[in-house]
Amino acid sequence: MSRLRLLGTMTGVELRLFVREPITLIFALAMPLVMLFVLGEVFGNTPETDEVIFRGVGAMDYYVPAYVGLTLASFGVLALPVHLAAYREHGVLRRFHASSVPLWAILGAQVVVMLAIATVGSLVMVAVAMPLYDTDLPRSTAGVLGAYVLSALSFAALGVLLGALLPTARAAQGVGIMLFFVMLMLGGAGPPPEVVTGPLRVVGDVLPLTYVARLLQDPWLGFGWDAGTIAFVAGMAVAAGVGATVGFRWE
Amino acid sequence: MEQPAIAVEGLRRSYGDVEAVRGVSFEVGRGEIFGLLGPNGAGKTTTVEIVQGLRRADAGVVRVLGLDPASQVRELRRRVGSQLQDSALPARMKVREAVDLFGALAGTGVDRDALLEGWGLADKRGAAFASLSGGQRQRLFVALALVSDPEVVFLDEMTTGLDPGARRVAWDLIRDVRARGTTVVLVTHFMDEAERLCDRVAVMLGGRIVASGTPQGLVNRHAPEIRMRFSAPAGGDLAWLDALASVRRVQRWGARVEVEGVDPVLAEVSAGFLARGAYPEDLRVEQPTLEDVFLRLTGGEGDR
Repeated sequence: MSRLRLLGTMTGVELRLFVREPITLIFALAMPLVMLFVLGEVFGNTPETDEVIFRGVGAMDYYVPAYVGLTLASFGVLALPVHLAAYREHGVLRRFHASSVPLWAILGAQVVVMLAIATVGSLVMVAVAMPLYDTDLPRSTAGVLGAYVLSALSFAALGVLLGALLPTARAAQGVGIMLFFVMLMLGGAGPPPEVVTGPLRVVGDVLPLTYVARLLQDPWLGFGWDAGTIAFVAGMAVAAGVGATVGFRWE
Repeated sequence: MEQPAIAVEGLRRSYGDVEAVRGVSFEVGRGEIFGLLGPNGAGKTTTVEIVQGLRRADAGVVRVLGLDPASQVRELRRRVGSQLQDSALPARMKVREAVDLFGALAGTGVDRDALLEGWGLADKRGAAFASLSGGQRQRLFVALALVSDPEVVFLDEMTTGLDPGARRVAWDLIRDVRARGTTVVLVTHFMDEAERLCDRVAVMLGGRIVASGTPQGLVNRHAPEIRMRFSAPAGGDLAWLDALASVRRVQRWGARVEVEGVDPVLAEVSAGFLARGAYPEDLRVEQPTLEDVFLRLTGGEGDR
């Protein structure tokens, strides 16, 4: 079987399995919408005039790209690691390994499926936000696409790393939920970094989502590019990718 | 001479301080059903996992179909089938999907409907893996091991969890597989299964092979005693039994008699009764089985 057909076959299998797991699917589609409604009702989308909290734009213009990042993060720290760790824990990886299914095909299929679902979730959220809160389309579509691809790769690599290192689905879930909530609260998708101070600010500054949110906001809101932000997200992709390759275990 | 399907020489493997396999050597001929027996923890599974290229050996030479499982694993996997212990499929994968997936991965393959039919899974085609019973899962894994029409198939505890009827069906199916020329390696701790199915067996204990040969050969060598039980015929004196060269021991409990001996004890004792004109009405013979060999060799030892 050619490499592309193998990836296609495995992706088809993973997609069917994912769609049969309604909880994950509902979470992926509903989570960004719930976030959008809750903060949208609190803050609205009036552009800032005097004090700069939301980078000088309306709150929801600030949050929509951040929620796109949050959706990617939820797959990177929760769905992907839990799925991978469960496969190892239950002996599914062992079964695939014994039938010579290469690792790249197993991981590739999972990543493709999860990114597809995350993308659908984000598109739905953006489509709802525009009429509801009058949010803007990206200023630079190509820029947002590039930022999205880099962010997706980075969180996919982190997901594989966590899935490689955490021995059981339960462990992956525990660690994943913790990381997800910390990022939700302190990583740019919760209170904006401008109002977070002290130690919490320090924590926020090392969270991947902080940088992914900024990476997506910059081209979306027309703020150009920040080399440091790009370097952090790309660096995480490389570091997590290397770590996952070294740390991976079939059983 | 034809190259053997499997040749293992001086295989060793340790886990930390524990030597799981300590110098194992054996050969399996093409088209043979070979049984690897032993108590839990004897090193059987480690041995067959190394042979399948799923684990690395610390030392030793292994050839499967002339291939080295350590360096030619990709080529090897195309030609062997594996039914593993402790493996699973994704919970929501359906039986039919699993067979299609593993058939597609193998490229070539057998008639998948006939395969499911044979292993009694035809009416479970649309069932999710998680909903299958232990026995159904076990049968599905054997079917998946065979879906690529392999030259060698490894079955690790194939009939664990199957009811007696399903076990016999499984044995017949394995005989069919062999009849098509496939070499079968069976890891089991069911002695009746090994005795009925295997052409040759090797008994492992503490990481070594302590005996090998045909099941009957092992019985003859390690448990040659035959037991005869009967009620003493009325008025008959049985002292003559002790004089027979083939009789090892005679025990009596009232009218009940048990004679233990070696070949040709059956013929000698029967002839003795007939010559005296008084024979028991209820003569029963108990043949030693592979289980007796196993218990003798292992001293009933297991890891739990």
